[in-house]
Amino acid sequence: MQPLVEVAGLTYRYEDGTEALKGVNFRLMAGESVALFGANGSGKSTFARHLNGLLTGTGKVEVCGMEVSSRTASSIRRKVGLVFQDSDTQLFMPTVLEDVAFGLLNQGIAPDEARKRAMAALDRAGMLSAMSKAPYHLSAGEKKRVAIAGILALEPEILVLDEPTTFLDPPGQRALAELLRNLPQAKILITHDTPFALATCTRAVFFREGVVEAEGTVRSIADRFGWEFPVH
Amino acid sequence: MHRRDPAAKLLPLGVFLVALATVHRGLPWMAAGAVTILAAGFLAARLPIGRAFLRGTVVLPFTGTVALISWLSGDPARALELLVKSYLSALAVVLVVATSPLPGLFRRLELLGIPPFLLMVAQLVYRYLFVIAGEAAHMRTAAMSRGGMSFRAAAGAVAVLFARSHERAAAIHQAMLARGFQGQFMPLLPPRFSTADALFAAGVISAVLVLRLASERAA
Repeated sequence: MQPLVEVAGLTYRYEDGTEALKGVNFRLMAGESVALFGANGSGKSTFARHLNGLLTGTGKVEVCGMEVSSRTASSIRRKVGLVFQDSDTQLFMPTVLEDVAFGLLNQGIAPDEARKRAMAALDRAGMLSAMSKAPYHLSAGEKKRVAIAGILALEPEILVLDEPTTFLDPPGQRALAELLRNLPQAKILITHDTPFALATCTRAVFFREGVVEAEGTVRSIADRFGWEFPVH
Repeated sequence: MHRRDPAAKLLPLGVFLVALATVHRGLPWMAAGAVTILAAGFLAARLPIGRAFLRGTVVLPFTGTVALISWLSGDPARALELLVKSYLSALAVVLVVATSPLPGLFRRLELLGIPPFLLMVAQLVYRYLFVIAGEAAHMRTAAMSRGGMSFRAAAGAVAVLFARSHERAAAIHQAMLARGFQGQFMPLLPPRFSTADALFAAGVISAVLVLRLASERAA
């Protein structure tokens, strides 16, 4: 079975000389949900930005059988939906509905159809009632849900979520976990939240200083690296 | 006003700007009539008229400098004309921008022949102004919570503000690319030029032309 994502020997160095990735190998199969664990600055977000061509390092990155390059970036971005860590970065249109429809319109989908799909995605994320509001009037949790709706509307084959539970209250986190579990897409979740990863992912990968140090079940990785806040 | 197609406002805006720019002797009459038309526009659009008239002054620091040079070189009439014309032009632009969704407005401007690259730059400048304002607000809150900021610290903070804004702008650009942005904002509701829009545009253009002719005649 062909993997949806195949990364081999990926290295990346930022302009200031920081070597963020040092030969990362990774595979994602259809329908799989993988948690990326690791300390801040271990290369998780940098790695995620390679999956839809926002960054280009050296090594092999293949998505749905296509090698990621500037030539294929446009097609790749239809396959990989990336939800950014900071929702304010992602929301820039005057209203919530226009923001969710932004990606659809860029794909050449007719405005009426884009509107329908954007409303359906907002409904799924529990934000339909806010569709006419300006994104900057929303709470941090609401912004996160709108950002996720903006990606769900695109119906990508792979979802990549960078710290999806940031700013979400516990009911919001539960609702998001439920939503993600019911989505058929393959998912990569960058998170520090072990309970959330346990609820949504079948596998975990641990990043340390730009390399994949270990992979296994979420429980085994969390135990091995002490990746859980102790509750007494 | 808000429901009208952006083109129905852009065409009268163009006529208004030309009419205003070319009037000389009849300027006082033209200005009085223009203020009336613009005030009626703001009222019809249910916009706060006082704040809107205040916003029009945004151009005065720039045109005021040129007017001051004219005044100092012995031409106060020209200086006054420059101030009045620039203020009323800005006010008209404020009315159009405040009553038209930006993507639709830019789409119409593109159809009217404005180069797409120029429009994209304008849109991104508009977006990034909010980015800078947001970053400035965060920094101000952080400074106030630690007891305020001295003049020297504030001067240093400006450099930090631009560095932070640049970083944020780069992140926004990445987020736009990630959702397939290819250099053009597509409107969700494509503008549709209806009969009502045509009548509205014709009505405003006629009013402006009548005002322009009457002003010159009265002078």
